[in-house]
Parts: sequence; structure tokens; C-alpha cells
Amino acid sequence: MNVAATLSEARPNVAASEAGPASKPVIVAYGFWIFLLSDIVMFATLFAGYAVLARATDGGPSGVQLFSQASVAIETVCLLASSYTCGLMSLAVKSRRRIGTYFGGLVTFALGLSFLALELREFADMIARAAGPQRSAFLSAFFTLVGCHGLHVTAGLVWLVLMMVQVAVRGFHPTVQRRLACFSLFWHALDIVWVWLFTVVYLMGVRA
Amino acid sequence: MTETALDRPPGDPSMPAKGDVGEPAGVLVYTIGLVLAVGLTATSFWVANTGLLWGPGVSLGLVVLAVAQMGIHLVFFLHITTGPDNTNNVLALAFGILTVLLVVVGSLWIMANLNDNMMPPPELMNLHMRH
Repeated sequence: MNVAATLSEARPNVAASEAGPASKPVIVAYGFWIFLLSDIVMFATLFAGYAVLARATDGGPSGVQLFSQASVAIETVCLLASSYTCGLMSLAVKSRRRIGTYFGGLVTFALGLSFLALELREFADMIARAAGPQRSAFLSAFFTLVGCHGLHVTAGLVWLVLMMVQVAVRGFHPTVQRRLACFSLFWHALDIVWVWLFTVVYLMGVRA
Repeated sequence: MTETALDRPPGDPSMPAKGDVGEPAGVLVYTIGLVLAVGLTATSFWVANTGLLWGPGVSLGLVVLAVAQMGIHLVFFLHITTGPDNTNNVLALAFGILTVLLVVVGSLWIMANLNDNMMPPPELMNLHMRH
């Protein structure tokens, strides 16, 4: 994985321009980084839409009546902890420790699933109180923004299960390692999006 | 003395100077990140709920805390550094942030202006017409 460091140890005085094309892990992770940034730009448009429509409640319920800070705090803890365990998992992957990888993956999956369950319960609760996405522009924007993040988390959980299967079947093959590196990038980026979600949607919404 | 500036992938938890980082050091980096992030999150929730702070400043404070926490995540979890091996990652990130700022600030600015210039509601319009 750490090809850059090994290369620089082997040829200490080679200039970056003479070093030839970058190694595959660098190219793959950089490409995925570009994808993540474009994904974040997409979230930015949803955030802009939400911020513009946040007060357009059409006489319906507003954030103050709908949001439960306790539930948001627990969701935040779940996602932050899963980001941490995902980091520990990527350390285990680097040092090729199977048990550590499975354990990190399992804890990350469990925390992500708890986050998702809490979010779905919150959505179901809001819809049951006649505050579904069709009630007002504010709620449409809310469900689009938060739901899109939830879909990303769901995709991440599916991806994590597939990666654990690949580790079981193929071991720490370089391809599998690259995919795991991309997964951890994805998972950390989702946590950054969540930081803005709880700040802009929930904490500012509860005050307004 | 020329420093080698080979690219490092984003999210790579190893340190450039020391080669492969040892397990305890790697865990330490993630743990520091976790502690800082938890502290900032707790501060955010406190700021949103306390009555001690000046009301209109709270939103700005929350944004500052979120920016700080984003920085913590980038440095400690995604391992985006300012080292020479990270130039490409940082440049891509800078362009992403520029786009995000343009989209969000631009939308809010334009829509706030539109709302200000919107025709008043009918009852107010009637008041205007009477004069």
C-alpha cells in the first residue's frame, strides 16, 4: 500500500517529474477522492436548497416541533464512532491482520446500522405525524437532504459487507486493499457530510 | 537538498517521513481525531442549547465549529496534509470547497434578494393602492 514511501526510500533523489507514472493505489485513491468531492458538491446543492426553503413551512410543522436533539446526538455518536472504528480497520488492513479487519468491519457495520435504524425511526415518526415530504417545501427539502445522506450510508453498509466477503475469499489481494482504502475514504466523507447536517439542519433548526 | 515529492493517496494512514507508521502511532492519530471531534460536537450541542450566548451569534458560532470539525476529520481521518506528497489532494479539495462555497453562498444570496424584492402579499398591496 505504501508504495510512495518505499519508492522514495529506494530512490531518494529522484524528482517527482522523473519518477514515472504514479502507482496504482495512488491513482485509484486520487480518482476516488475526486468522485467524493463531486459527491460533496452534489450535497452542497441539496444544502443550498434546504437553506433557501428552511422557513417555507406553509403553516405546517417547523423544525422546532419536529426534531429531537437527543436522537440526533445518538446518531452523531454512532456515526463518529463508526468512522473511528473504520480507521482502525484500515490500520488492520495495512498490517494484514484478518481478525482485526473483521472485527473493525463488524463494529463499523453495527454502528452504521444503528445510525440508519434511528434515522428511519425518526422519518417514520415524522410521516406518522402528517409531516411527510409532501407537507411543505421545508419538509421536501429536509427529506431529500437527510434521505440522500441516509441512502449513502445504506450503500456504504452494502459495500462494507461485500468487502468483508472479498477479504474472506481473496484475502489481502492488492485489489481488495485498494477497494478497502476507497471504502474508508467514502465512510469518512459521509461523516463530514453528517457534521454539516446536524449543524445546519438540526441545531440551527431547533433554534429558529 | 531536494525533497522527494511523490504522490500519496488520500486516506493513507502512514506518515511520509517515517515510512510505514507503527500500529500504536496510527491508532494514536485516529484517537486524537476522535477526541477532538467529540469535543467539538459536544460544544456544538451546548452552543445550540445554552442561553448564555448572544442569540444572533449562535449560528455563526455553529458554522465555525462545523468548519473546525471538518478540518479535524480531514487531517486525522482522511490524512490530508500540507506535505509535498499531498499537493494534488489539497488542490482538488480546494477546488471542491470553492465550488461548494459558490453554490451555497450564491444560492442564499440570490434567494434572499429575491425574497426582499418580492411583491408584498395582497393585503399589504391593497394598503399601498389606497394612497
